Amino acid sequence: MNSLEHEAVAPAKQLRGGISIRNVSKVYGSGRSSFMAVDSCSIEIAPGELHVIVGPSGCGKTTLLNAIAGFHSISSGEIYLDGELLCGPGKPQAAPGADRVVVFQNGALFPWKTILDNLTYGPVIQGLMTKKDAQNLARERMATAGLSGFEDSYPGELSSGMARRVEIARALLNDPKVLLLDEPFRGMDNLTKSIMHESLLQIYDRNEVTVFFITHDIEEAAFLGSRVSVMTTRPGRIKETIDVDIPRPRDYRVLTSDKFLGLMGRIVDAVADEAQKAFEAGERELA
Amino acid sequence: MKRKMAGGSALLRGIIGTALFIGLWQVGTSLDSWTGVSLPIVAQLPPPSSVLDAFLPLIRSHGFWSSAYLSFVRVFWGFMAAMVIGIPFGLLMAVNRTAKAICFPVFEILRPIPPLAWVPAAIIFWPAPELSITFVTFLGAFFTVVINTVGGAEQIDRRFLLAAQSMGADKRTIFRRVLLPATLPSIATGAVVGMGITWQVVVAAEMISGGGQGATTGGGGGLGFLIWNSYLGGAIPKVVVGMIVLGVLGYASSTIVRIMSTKLMPWNRAI
Repeated sequence: MNSLEHEAVAPAKQLRGGISIRNVSKVYGSGRSSFMAVDSCSIEIAPGELHVIVGPSGCGKTTLLNAIAGFHSISSGEIYLDGELLCGPGKPQAAPGADRVVVFQNGALFPWKTILDNLTYGPVIQGLMTKKDAQNLARERMATAGLSGFEDSYPGELSSGMARRVEIARALLNDPKVLLLDEPFRGMDNLTKSIMHESLLQIYDRNEVTVFFITHDIEEAAFLGSRVSVMTTRPGRIKETIDVDIPRPRDYRVLTSDKFLGLMGRIVDAVADEAQKAFEAGERELA
Repeated sequence: MKRKMAGGSALLRGIIGTALFIGLWQVGTSLDSWTGVSLPIVAQLPPPSSVLDAFLPLIRSHGFWSSAYLSFVRVFWGFMAAMVIGIPFGLLMAVNRTAKAICFPVFEILRPIPPLAWVPAAIIFWPAPELSITFVTFLGAFFTVVINTVGGAEQIDRRFLLAAQSMGADKRTIFRRVLLPATLPSIATGAVVGMGITWQVVVAAEMISGGGQGATTGGGGGLGFLIWNSYLGGAIPKVVVGMIVLGVLGYASSTIVRIMSTKLMPWNRAI
């Protein structure tokens, strides 16, 4: 039985990927040169939620993501995934694993592998599927994502938008509980970005996966998120969490609705103060 | 189509450039007999015509071919040894901090020593002159290969390593499937540069050491020895022939290394 059939047979599979971040702090360095990047941060993310974190540069968004992914340790607090301790007292750093796959800011497709080999990388090295099964699944995913015909291309031959779609597809082929997206659409022009947004929402609606999404872009946050958490400037804390009660599936028409604009206004208000503080603290970059 | 034309015109320009060079050379060396104006340095060179005269009998002699072959063999083994020892050594230093802490200082002290300074020591170390010359040739490529491998492996984009980890790769898989291919472009650069250095080194080593086994057995003694011997015998056109053959061989072997690395890294064309 391949996993496509599996999805078809059991569409109502148990939602998973609930993340519980409790009082997490992170101090970098030691002694006089140390600084606190994240200060007692708590977020409860429901299984299957698309949770967006917004905040000024250097507020510790990526620190949180790295802690969940297992790339960095935390200094105190706990992080749970579906009730299991990822990291906490006695276990400062989570073990990286394919249940929490990261898609990076500037993309990290392996340039030396073809698109098809990039897609099948995770399932094959973990021994979850034979290469052939993985390739078949990858081809089907490419077809749904409108990427057919690029199987044997190298990442260097793709546009940035395409590469990012491939990368999200690659992450999903690991069948993760959580998708960790670190400003995946940063630096894209607005047109590409809006196409990417719709494509991500389609993927999200099709797959039962929790998404942890980091961004600077307020419109992006409100359009994609189930909830949006605004982080304070360094040391990062959760200032406010805003419910985005706009029904899915969403499309671009939402962007001009009064409800959406009202929500954006709330997020902007929350972020603006922090951005100002960050700016005054010498952090010039907002965006 | 466009690319083909560009390639064709590049070849044409290459031929024009070479012909122009030979033409200028001929004019420079003949100016004295034509006009009585003697150009400094250039006038001392044999003209292309007499080089050509020296070339034809030379390529019909056994000594020439065995010299070229002997130099080639020394370059080949020196280069291969540098790759086979240098790449794993470089990778080891890149992935293992302890190994790097122990080996790197020694390596950095040995690295600036010109390979030719090793010649006397190599003659003492190794039982056969052949080994001494090959060893010095090896040294010429070794340091370059190692430095490029270490540098390349250490400068891999961290995102590749993290992405692999995030997709469940263990350390061995990351080494084999991420670190190695990601370092390949730097290794290839090291190989191309190292190949060039081996040719430079082999010639000088042959000159200094008196040609190794070939010189005594009458088997040629290598191109460096041939050039030096021709110079001692006053056969300057033969010296120039030796130089040109060296240039062609060096160019050919670098090209082969380059083509092989392109074949090994098809993705590099896409970048």
